[in-house]
Amino acid sequence: MVQEATDNSRLIKLTVNGIEYERKVETRVTLVDFIRNELGITGTHVGCEHGVCGACTVMFDGQPVRSCIMLAVQADSHSVQTVESMSSGDQLHPIQQAFWENFGLQCGFCTPGFLLTVQDLLSRNPNPTDTEIREELSGNICRCTGYQSIIAAVKQAAIYMRQE
Amino acid sequence: MVSCLGQHNYMKIEHSKGIGESIKRLEDKRFLQGQGHYIDDLQLPDMLHAAVLRSPYAHATITNIDVDFALEQPGVVTILTFADLHSVKPIPIRLNPYGSLEPFLQYPLANKRVRYVGDPVALIIAHSRYQAEDVLDNIVVQYDPLPVNIDAEDKVSCPLHHDAKDNVASNFVQQKGDVVEAFNKAEHITKLRFTSGRHSGVPLETRGLIANYDATQEKLKVWGPTKVTHFNRGVLAHMLEMEEHTIEMIEPDVGGGFGVRGEFYPEDYLIPYAALMLKRPVKWIEDRLENLMACNHSREQIYEMEMALKKDGTILGIKVLLSNDQGGYIRTHGIIVPELSAAIFPGPYRIPNYRCEVRSVLTNKTPAGTYRAPGRYECNSSRERLLDLAASELMIDPVKIRSMNLIQPEDMPYEVGTESLGENIVYDSGDYPFALQEVVRLSKYEENRHVDHDNLSNKKVGYGIACFVEKTGLGPFEGARIEIDQTGAITVSTGAANVGQGLETTLAQIASSVLTVSPDSIQVLHGDTDLIPYGVGSFASRATVMAGSAVYYAAQKIRKKLLKIAAHTMNCQVEQLIISDGDICMIDHQDKRLTLTQVAQQSSPRNCPPDIEPGLDFTHYFRCNQMTFAHGATIVKVEIDITTCAIVPKHVWIVYDIGKAINPQMVKGQIEGGAVQGLGGALLEEFNYDPSGQLTSGSFVDYLLPTTTETPLLESKRLDRSPSTLNPIQVKGAGECGIAGIGGALANAVADALGDSGNNVNVLPITPEKVWQWLMPMQDKTN
Ligand code: FES
Ligand code: FES
Repeated sequence: MVQEATDNSRLIKLTVNGIEYERKVETRVTLVDFIRNELGITGTHVGCEHGVCGACTVMFDGQPVRSCIMLAVQADSHSVQTVESMSSGDQLHPIQQAFWENFGLQCGFCTPGFLLTVQDLLSRNPNPTDTEIREELSGNICRCTGYQSIIAAVKQAAIYMRQE
Repeated sequence: MVSCLGQHNYMKIEHSKGIGESIKRLEDKRFLQGQGHYIDDLQLPDMLHAAVLRSPYAHATITNIDVDFALEQPGVVTILTFADLHSVKPIPIRLNPYGSLEPFLQYPLANKRVRYVGDPVALIIAHSRYQAEDVLDNIVVQYDPLPVNIDAEDKVSCPLHHDAKDNVASNFVQQKGDVVEAFNKAEHITKLRFTSGRHSGVPLETRGLIANYDATQEKLKVWGPTKVTHFNRGVLAHMLEMEEHTIEMIEPDVGGGFGVRGEFYPEDYLIPYAALMLKRPVKWIEDRLENLMACNHSREQIYEMEMALKKDGTILGIKVLLSNDQGGYIRTHGIIVPELSAAIFPGPYRIPNYRCEVRSVLTNKTPAGTYRAPGRYECNSSRERLLDLAASELMIDPVKIRSMNLIQPEDMPYEVGTESLGENIVYDSGDYPFALQEVVRLSKYEENRHVDHDNLSNKKVGYGIACFVEKTGLGPFEGARIEIDQTGAITVSTGAANVGQGLETTLAQIASSVLTVSPDSIQVLHGDTDLIPYGVGSFASRATVMAGSAVYYAAQKIRKKLLKIAAHTMNCQVEQLIISDGDICMIDHQDKRLTLTQVAQQSSPRNCPPDIEPGLDFTHYFRCNQMTFAHGATIVKVEIDITTCAIVPKHVWIVYDIGKAINPQMVKGQIEGGAVQGLGGALLEEFNYDPSGQLTSGSFVDYLLPTTTETPLLESKRLDRSPSTLNPIQVKGAGECGIAGIGGALANAVADALGDSGNNVNVLPITPEKVWQWLMPMQDKTN
């Protein structure tokens, strides 16, 4: 947990999942630690802390970023969306539904990062080819599934979203 | 063969609803919505945070530790070194203890000597993780460097442990028949030295723990253990000199296990110790660098092999000298990994004469333990490569040399003549030739191999085969408790763990198949030592086999009781009743029925007839001392660019038989996930050390995991031909079948692609650099 604010702290204001927060935060605190520990929104995971695995992916002003290699102060006056923003109540987002139906997850630790990366992909490219899917997801590591079911899930999600 | 089914030979599953259906996983909804509870998601009020100071030297004497300056830093609560740990004991071996290994065990903190880069030296407790990590640099440790040994074949240089004369932790032989005689009769001898590189499970979630002493309950609670929580509770109780019942271990959601997560590591002692001492909750989350240098390594083995054959390809015997690189200490797995290698090396083949000498050697590297298909990934890769080399020397087709030596279905049950974990290796069932035929057919191996070979371009295509047998369903027992409360809600509890494989779904499906309710109406609880008195855990592809069977029997017991109470209420005989769609109804008058809830209400002590024991709460411990063996065959197609030496796996085919599948789609996921991990170890992943013993692959930039762009198409086919005869649900474990054969198949595919240079292929992982060396004509072949 981020403790006592020192001289190295700044007051920041940001929106996370549509809610505005104002917090004093040490300048060295990463965005993911801030969201998880300070705001208690823990759906975003940390797999490597050095920008390789993609588990910590969040949407930053609508762009996917790795929140482990960004500082919380960089999010001042910006808007962040995490996996918690995807479903409404019990109603899963079509991408989540497609992952569920296609067994696109096992331990679930990589899943939030994949879901947001796919959301970004499908917003730019509603009908991606297999090669495009592989290329776009190559920055997200899954250690459990072997990716086949994730790729199937993305194709299914694309169909669901085109139908919407 | 002794059956674990005892007297109740429920070989027919009366109500198949639930079993065999690919229902969506029950745990997924929370994971998809970011609502899982992984260890770092949990916070306790007033919680402190820990960081571990680790040795920067591979081998050194500690001459002094000065913590004074560090203790003055902001937020620091305390710092513990070895001297501060009261009556500390070494971490005991979990599997198959061998007395002679005692001198090599690891203490939670290094005592005057460090033996690998990453060896824990001190524990810092501070108010935040940031503060705890800040202080790592402020502890002044004086090290006096010692000679470093990173070569498992160099067994004498500077013993790592005082009481030992050399670095050989264990030296033993497994054998059958008469190898000398077999080699005397040999018409051909094939020799190969094959090395499997050091890599490991590397779950995406790193380890983590929270410990808290609850003074009101007088209980030490530890969140974060998994895999073998009951066993680890016993270890912690022993090490802290507490009574077992005063400790509760609680498994959170777990981001992957693969054999490495959930063993008892130094931190599993240190964090509870600190919490007890400070009477405050303490949390520790491992970072990725720590994970790569502190969590068990695996796989590094060297095989010196010789195979005696007849000219037609019949195997007469095999001799193996196996060196296992154990790292700096013997950890909880003892020497089980090389023991498994030696036991399973013969694989699916008839090897009449066999001798394997194992040397497990200590080196100044991170200690090694199990990783998915431990010992088998390595031995299968080595053996399958040896077979292809023999085939090439004798000019026999790779499929033929395998077919003619495979164990036949009529040989079952087949005694291999080796042993592991105190059990003789006996293959219970399987049609090995059929699996090979199927994978050859599925991949169009015969047709495509020749077409692809003739293709004259810079890209060389190769196909490689591997056959495998996988040990699954390790005993000795697992338990399940099923309760139905007054509202009819069904809860299953077990000592097995959910390391991401979907245990909640599997067990719910098995219970639902007996109770004829929908699986999603069953709650499955696991991984909390207070749920059930005894538990073993999730490893060795055992959870579905052992816990699944326990659930099945417990559900049968509860079903019997439901019928008894219903018969009383409905004033009929038990034989006149069945359970269908969760209701108890009369066979002949299906409209005469009671709901589960109605019967549950009748079972309460208030309503239950006086001559019937009230309650719907049954526990069953399924006991079995015999493993059940899955099997299969793998083919890999690779393409090698001979200009850049890039190796691209193009396609993988896996045919496997695990008996019955509870949820076929989940099984497929296990196969695919394992296969891709195995490809990682065959092409990308390696823990490298420089000569001074520094780990040079301590990040995901240096330790490469497969991603979507390195992953080929995977096709798998499940055969349903050899149900297990050792358990009532006829299952064998699925978790390790995808990975078991893939290393060997990949190596053989590369050899096939390289044509005349292919016989040089003798190592995993295969990097472009190695391919380049093999293609160089005058190259030193020993690599
Ligand atoms: S945790 Fe941020 S990329 Fe891995
Ligand atoms: S589901 Fe476990 S890492 Fe992807």
